[in-house]
Amino acid sequence: MPAAATQTGTEPAPGAAPIAVQLQGITKRFPGVVANRDINIAVRGGTVHAIVGENGAGKSTLMKILYGMQRPDEGTISVDGTELTLSTPADAIAAGIGMVHQHFMLADNFTVLENVVLGSEPRRAGGRIDFDTARDRIHRISESYGLDVRPDALVADLGVGDRQRVEILKVLYRGARILILDEPTAVLVPQEVHRLFGAIQELTGEGFTVIFISHHLDEVLEIADEITVIRRGETVATVLPKDVTAAQLAELMVGSELPSPQTGVATVTDRVVLQGRGLTVRDADGRDLISDVDLTIHAGEVLGIAGVEGNGQTQLVEAVVGMVPLASGQLELDGTDITGWGTRRCREEGIGFIPEDRGRHGLLLEAPLWENRMLGHQTERPNSRGIWVDRKGARADTERIVAAYDVRTPSIDVTANSLSGGNQQKLIVGREMSGSPKLLVAAHPTRGVDVGAQAAIWDHIRRARRDGLAVLLVSADLDELIGLSDTIKVMLRGRLVADADPGTVTPEQLGSAMTGAAAAGRGGASAPMPDPVAQDRAAPAADPPGSPPIDVPNQPGSDHPGEQP
Amino acid sequence: MKGRLDPRRIGLSLVAPVLALVFAAVIAVVVLVVSGYSPKSTITQMLDYSAQPRTQVLIINTATYYYLSAVAVAIGFKMNLFNIGVDGQYRLAALVAAAVGGNVALPGPVNIVLMILVAMAVGAMWSGIAGVLRAWRGVSEVISTIMLNAISTAIIAYLLRPGRLAVQTQGSNNIGTKPIPESGRVGGISLIPDAGMKVFGLIVVAVLVGVGYSVLLNRTVFGFDLRATGGSQTAAVASGVDVKRMLVVAMLLSGAVAGLVGMPQLIGQSYSYSLDFPTGLGFTGIAIALLGRNHPVGIAFGALLWAFLDQSSQILDLEGVPKEIVTIIQGATVLSVVIAYELVRRYRLVAEQRNVGKALGETAEPPAVTTGAPA
Repeated sequence: MPAAATQTGTEPAPGAAPIAVQLQGITKRFPGVVANRDINIAVRGGTVHAIVGENGAGKSTLMKILYGMQRPDEGTISVDGTELTLSTPADAIAAGIGMVHQHFMLADNFTVLENVVLGSEPRRAGGRIDFDTARDRIHRISESYGLDVRPDALVADLGVGDRQRVEILKVLYRGARILILDEPTAVLVPQEVHRLFGAIQELTGEGFTVIFISHHLDEVLEIADEITVIRRGETVATVLPKDVTAAQLAELMVGSELPSPQTGVATVTDRVVLQGRGLTVRDADGRDLISDVDLTIHAGEVLGIAGVEGNGQTQLVEAVVGMVPLASGQLELDGTDITGWGTRRCREEGIGFIPEDRGRHGLLLEAPLWENRMLGHQTERPNSRGIWVDRKGARADTERIVAAYDVRTPSIDVTANSLSGGNQQKLIVGREMSGSPKLLVAAHPTRGVDVGAQAAIWDHIRRARRDGLAVLLVSADLDELIGLSDTIKVMLRGRLVADADPGTVTPEQLGSAMTGAAAAGRGGASAPMPDPVAQDRAAPAADPPGSPPIDVPNQPGSDHPGEQP
Repeated sequence: MKGRLDPRRIGLSLVAPVLALVFAAVIAVVVLVVSGYSPKSTITQMLDYSAQPRTQVLIINTATYYYLSAVAVAIGFKMNLFNIGVDGQYRLAALVAAAVGGNVALPGPVNIVLMILVAMAVGAMWSGIAGVLRAWRGVSEVISTIMLNAISTAIIAYLLRPGRLAVQTQGSNNIGTKPIPESGRVGGISLIPDAGMKVFGLIVVAVLVGVGYSVLLNRTVFGFDLRATGGSQTAAVASGVDVKRMLVVAMLLSGAVAGLVGMPQLIGQSYSYSLDFPTGLGFTGIAIALLGRNHPVGIAFGALLWAFLDQSSQILDLEGVPKEIVTIIQGATVLSVVIAYELVRRYRLVAEQRNVGKALGETAEPPAVTTGAPA
């Protein structure tokens, strides 16, 4: 079983197809962060090469580099053996690389034909667009690869699956031989996914190369010929799908090299702090984003929500802090009905909130630290008195947080932007722990944070929990979830589908439940049951003493996950 | 407070406008030379003319309403709202205030306060329409305020006719609202000796608005919410700001200040809203707010500079130089100032990151991604 940091595997290639795309030593730095570090990937022609990794692992940056949208600081890109410098997407297109973005780039009020030719219109003499030639070509491409695209349909009338095939066709129309598909299944329903995979197989059969980016692991296992895992900007492994399970991939993605955040003695009390009943959130079209979620968090309890991203965790968090309205359901905080309250009232009532995207939701990046300390608590002491901002109070308290939470900064007057991610996060954690909140809603509290800061943040959460804080923890880091939580619930497609006991569950079991890929597990770790985690909890004796679960954090792992029995 | 008074920081703030002005001046000189005029004599004439006491009073008076107009725009800018409608707001407000002031028989000071309040209310109402449309219907305030400008022009044309709000001005073809009675006027201040003219008494209002703007933004929770919303709407929402409400309130405030723009002129000089009441001040305000970077003191300098250019250029026509040269300077200033601010802003962000990194003795690579090795 793969456990710890794994070196880039040198698996035997499927067939001996020549390498179509070679990324060597790609490094990309942004101010304050290294997005990609020494990335090495070799993609063979005519295959599907999947790249998996958590959000923020550096997948997008890497693909932007390959598509010419960003220049790497170091490293080389070779296509079909020729080293290239890609300065713009036009260079990439000229080199035969095409990209289908996660968010479609189509003009709704244009027909498919018009969208496809947009930007590379074939001309007749006199400058008029030669639609007939274009239509013929679209028909031909569509038929060759089973894309089933009607050139004269209006894009506004098409469903997401159709639009995606239009995007693929657009790329093929421009002569791409290498297709980058960025999270192509994120927006599709299962039948459409099936269809997309059919089209991908047609394409690779014809010699096209597909780079497939995803974090839906069961899909990756189904479609990919090779899989590269990226974690924290580095390639951690390249594996063959036949050698790994979804759970093993999940573990490679999130890593388990860190000291496990052991919770220690249980501090759960009887006092209910947060009670949610039948929580339902719908999108603008009336579809359920979360459905009928019940949860109870006691004082001193950390409730962890496990789930692959995009399964409703974000909406659950935003509903609890009052950022999105509940379609139905009821929320009680410490006995007070807070259903329908706005964010400010919720916060004033004692909810601390660590948002999942600190740049977007947690900070005013161009404002000084002390103003960021006020953010979210601007109506509370010590930041204000009545309608007046209390600068002295806010600044003094910022100094306190900077000292207590070890925020490394030369001064509280520098902008939040100039701190590293870890220090920004420590400031946010310190801020949200201030004023003795009753409930802390923490979404990915240690995402993109270095090991030291991560351990510090865990310590702070643990300490506050001991003092009776209730915590709703959403995290993609399974070790963090297992280590910090008193109770774990698994969220899948907007529902809480399983419970897990953090005392006995392994990351693999949790991973299987998260991906809904329990039955696909091959490593022997997960029970072939639809709900392996709950199963496991019901029968904790499955892990007899003395024979710990196969996947123990800290256990030095093998270099080649695929070689495990 | 160390950070705010950091000389390096202030220096950086001044670099951008100074660079922009130098650049604009260079363009003006080039234009003058190309058109066959002597830049030296042109500039000398402008400076000489502006040194006259009378011109100085005119500059201060012009700057007064420019300042109010620019603050009205800046309130919107602070929240990423582009209130192009200051023009329509102040004209409509001045007309209604003038009509009220001319027709209400109240003791003087009460009448003055009433006119000011009416003007603010009308301005706020007019911009509030755009605020409500933006908050609840998603209509871009740029579009709605431009259209409201046109509508207010039409409304003013409709109302400013004999038999409605207007009367014939004695001894001229002009028509205007009934003059405000003597007691409802605010006399000037003899700030500059030998000018033969006085500075608007309502310059006091402009100063108060500037102080109020600064206090509101920097010292109140409301101002913090407003700046937070402008800085990052998503972060503001997560911090509990009701963005819809904020949009409406910010537009109302902007419109209320816009309502004041015409007051110094109305209560201090013309005493009536007539056909020749100054127009276009709202658009000038946009340029000055940009130039002054929405800062209460910066806007004051911007307003004075603009007023100086406007007034001192009056001499040029007499000397045979087209005074439109000043419009070129103003246009070039705004364009270059916007670019210069953005450059300085980016430089500042990068420089600060670097300085913080240096101060902490860290390498260029933070430890965020150095977790490859097992712990």
